[in-house]
Amino acid sequence: MQTVQAVGTSVTRKDGIGKATGRAKYADDLSFPGMLHGRTIRSTIARGIVRKISFDSDPTGFTIVDHRDIPGRNIVDLIEQDQPFLVEREVRHMAEPLLLVAHEDPEKLLAASVAVEYEAQPPLLDAERSEGILKRIDIVKGDVESALASADVIVEGVYRTGHQEHVYIETNGVIAVPEDGGVAVYGSLQCPFYVIKALKCLLGANTHVRVIQTETGGGFGGKEEYPSMIAGHAALLALKSGRPVKIIYDRVEDMVATTKRHPSVVRHRTGVTRDGRIVAMDVDVLLDGGAYVTLSPVVLSRGCIHAAGAYRCENTRIVGRAVFTNTPPNGAFRGFGAPQTEFAVEVHIDRIAETLGMDPVTLREINALRPGDTTATGQRLREDTSARAVLDEAVRRTDFHRKREAYQGTNRAIGLSLFYHGAGFTGSGERQLNSRARLELTPTGVRIAVGSTEIGQGTRTMHAQIVADALGIPYETIEVAQPDTARVADSGPTVASRTCMVVGKILQECALDMRERLGRMSPEEYHGKYGAFSIERKYEPPEWIQWDDHTYRGDAYATFAWGCDVAELELDPETYEVRPIRLTAVQEFGRPIHPALAKGQIEGGTAQGLGYALLERVVMRDGAMANAQLTNYVIPTTLDTPELDVVMLENPYQDGPFGAKGLGELPMDGPAPAIVNALRHLGLDVREIPATPELIAQCSSR
Amino acid sequence: MQFTLNGSDVNVDAPPAARLLDVLRHECRLTGTKEGCGEGECGACTVLIDGDPVCSCLVPFSQVENAAVMTIEGLGDDHPLQHLFMNEVGAQCGICTPGMIMAALAIGNEPTIDDIKNALAGNLCRCTGYGAIYRAIFKWRQQRAVAGGKIDA
Repeated sequence: MQTVQAVGTSVTRKDGIGKATGRAKYADDLSFPGMLHGRTIRSTIARGIVRKISFDSDPTGFTIVDHRDIPGRNIVDLIEQDQPFLVEREVRHMAEPLLLVAHEDPEKLLAASVAVEYEAQPPLLDAERSEGILKRIDIVKGDVESALASADVIVEGVYRTGHQEHVYIETNGVIAVPEDGGVAVYGSLQCPFYVIKALKCLLGANTHVRVIQTETGGGFGGKEEYPSMIAGHAALLALKSGRPVKIIYDRVEDMVATTKRHPSVVRHRTGVTRDGRIVAMDVDVLLDGGAYVTLSPVVLSRGCIHAAGAYRCENTRIVGRAVFTNTPPNGAFRGFGAPQTEFAVEVHIDRIAETLGMDPVTLREINALRPGDTTATGQRLREDTSARAVLDEAVRRTDFHRKREAYQGTNRAIGLSLFYHGAGFTGSGERQLNSRARLELTPTGVRIAVGSTEIGQGTRTMHAQIVADALGIPYETIEVAQPDTARVADSGPTVASRTCMVVGKILQECALDMRERLGRMSPEEYHGKYGAFSIERKYEPPEWIQWDDHTYRGDAYATFAWGCDVAELELDPETYEVRPIRLTAVQEFGRPIHPALAKGQIEGGTAQGLGYALLERVVMRDGAMANAQLTNYVIPTTLDTPELDVVMLENPYQDGPFGAKGLGELPMDGPAPAIVNALRHLGLDVREIPATPELIAQCSSR
Repeated sequence: MQFTLNGSDVNVDAPPAARLLDVLRHECRLTGTKEGCGEGECGACTVLIDGDPVCSCLVPFSQVENAAVMTIEGLGDDHPLQHLFMNEVGAQCGICTPGMIMAALAIGNEPTIDDIKNALAGNLCRCTGYGAIYRAIFKWRQQRAVAGGKIDA
C-alpha cells in the first residue's frame, strides 16, 4: 500500500480543532454528580512545629482530612521518601499542606476558618549557608590541578541564576472520583504513572487507583512531580466523603505552593593557553533544593553533566551539591538543571575570550566538541555531534562579526551562546525505566496506547506520524488513546526530551511488527477477517551505552541535540531596560518529525529563555514567593518577545525514530547566556539572571 | 438578566456581582472561556462584549445587561481563524487559544506586526513565543482581503 509520508511534514495536529474551538476539556471544565470542591490549608511559617489545628467554622457539610485519615503511608513516593502529603508535626516550608477541607459550595469552602498554632523556629533560607547536602555529584576527568598549574591563564568567576516559575496558563488541578472502592483521578499532569505510584503508597497497594490525564494546559516540568501531591489530596477527600472532589489551584496558590526552577550558584576556574585552548575546567555547582528531596538529585545530575558546556577539555572536575533550605521544594522545569549550568559556562566562556583579547566566536571554534571528542563523563561523541555546524550557521546567518564590530560604542549589542542537551533519561535511566508502548488494531485503523501525555508539544501528532509511516498507512487512520492508566502501556514519564526519541522509537518498532503481521492487508481488512490484536514492546537502549552510576563515567546520553543562539538587543541608557531586537536560534535535533511543531518548541522555549534572562524574578520573602501574581511576576508578552528566527539543521540520530533526537528542552538552554553575552558586548559585567534594570544599573556603576 | 450570548437572546439568573467568567462557565455551561489568573493579566478569559475584547474575569455580570457577549463557542467549528490556529500550530497546549482567538477577532484589516502585537499584548501564551499565532493571524487577514472581507463575518 502506498501512502503519502507523514513524517517530515506539518500534518494537522490531532488535538488542533478541539483546542481552537474551545471544546477540549481541561480539568476545571469537568464536573461530576455530587462533586465537592477541595481546599488545602497551608502553613504560614517556614519552619516549626504544629501545636494545634482547629476548624473554627460550622462543620456541617464539610469533609475534613488530616494526616490521621491516611490509610497507607504519608509519603509522596518519589526518589526519597521524605515528603509528607500532610504535615504531621514538623513544618519545613511555607505553604506546606496541613489540612484538607471540602464542601459543595465553593464560597462556603473559601470562608471556612482554620486556626493553626505553631512553635516557630528560625528557617534556613540561604542555600549558600546550608549544610544539609541532599545530593553530591563528582565528575572527574584527567588531572585538573596539574593542568591548572601549567595553564597560561586562569579565569575564575561566580554565576547565579534565580528561581523561575513555570506559568503554564492552566494552573494545577485534579478531580478524584470514588470508583471500585478506590479512586479515579482526572487531572492536568505529565506523568500518570508517577501519580499511580504515589497513590498506591498513600492509599495502600491493594486500593484500586486509576489516573486519567485531562487536556493539559502546559507543563514545562511543572506538572511532572507536583500532581502526585494534589492528586493524593483530592483522593483522600474523595475517599472520606464518598463523593467526587475537585481541587483547582488559583494562580496565587499555584505560584506560592508548587515547584520552581532551582536557583543556582556556579563557580568556574578555567585554565587556558594563550592561543585559546581550554586545558582545565574546575566547576562547582550549587542548587537550592528546597525543603524536600523531590527530584533535586536528578536535576543536579543533569546540571553537572552539562556544566562543562559544549567544549573539549581533557582535565575537568565538576563537583555538584544540592542542598536543603526551608523553602518550597524546587523541581522539574524544562532543561532540568542544564539551563543553570550552561548559563554559567557560556557567560564564563565570553569572559575568557575577553581576558585573552580574543573574539568569542574564535574561542568557541577552537574548543567546540567534535565527533570523536570526549565529554566530562568520558563519553566519546559520535557523528551526530553538531557544535561546529550550529555555531558556523548562526555566525553566518546573523552576520555576527560585522555587527559585533558595527555596534561597538552604540547602545546596540550582539552576543551568542553555544549549547547542547542530552536526550532521554541520564545514563542507565532508560534501561531502568523499562518503558513500554502498545499499538492496537481497531476496526478502522490503529490506536496508540501509551501513557505519554500531550501537554502542547505535540505528542499525539508526532507519535501518530511515526506509526503511520512505519505501518505505511494514512496518518488520519491513527487514533491516540487518552492516557488512562487502566488502558495504556506505561511508556514512562513525559519528561527529559524523551517522548519523541524514546517512546516514538518503541512505537516505530511496534508498528514494524504490526506491519509484518498484517502482511499485505490493510488494518480494516485484517480486522474484518481475524479481529483485533495488539502489539506491545519495551524500549531497548542502544547496546553501546555504558554508564557507571557510582563513578559518573560513561555515556550519559544516547545522543545530544545542539544549539547556537544569537541575541541582538538595545539598552535604554536611562532606564537600563533591555529591548531585544532579534533572537536567532540555530538548532540541530536529528530530524524534525513535524517541522511546524518543532519550530513551535524552539520559538516557545526561546521565549521562556528570554523571560528567564530578563524578566522573571521570583521575590522570596520569609521563605515564600512574595510576587505570586501575574501582575508582578512577568513572563514575556507579545511586546517583550522580539522576532525569533529559527533554523533547524539536520543530522539524523541512527537510533531515533526516522532520525529524531529529543528537542523539548534544548531551546531553554541558550537564550539567557546569549542575552547576557550581548550585555557584555555593551561593557556590562553581568553574571546573574534575571538581568533586571536594577541589576544592570548596578553592573553599570561598577 | 437579559443579554445576547453568541447571537441568541438569553435570560440568565446569577448574582449581579458574579464574575462574567463564572456565569459563562457555570450557569451557561460554556467552558471554552478559560481562567488563567483571575486578575486580568493573562487574557485566557477574553470574550467580546459589543465587539470589544475584555477579560471576563474582571467584568461583573450586571455589566452585560442588554449587551452582546461573544465567546469562542459563538464562532462554531468552522471559522477560518480556528483552522489557521490549528494548521499554523498557533495552539500548543490550547489553554490560551480561545482567549487569543477572541482578542484576534478585533484586529483590523491589513494589520502590521506591531498592530497584532499591541492587540494581543494582554493575552499571555507560554508555549509558542507568539510566532505561530502571528502567522495564523496574518494568513487570516490575507484570506479576508482576498475574499473582500466576507469570509469571517
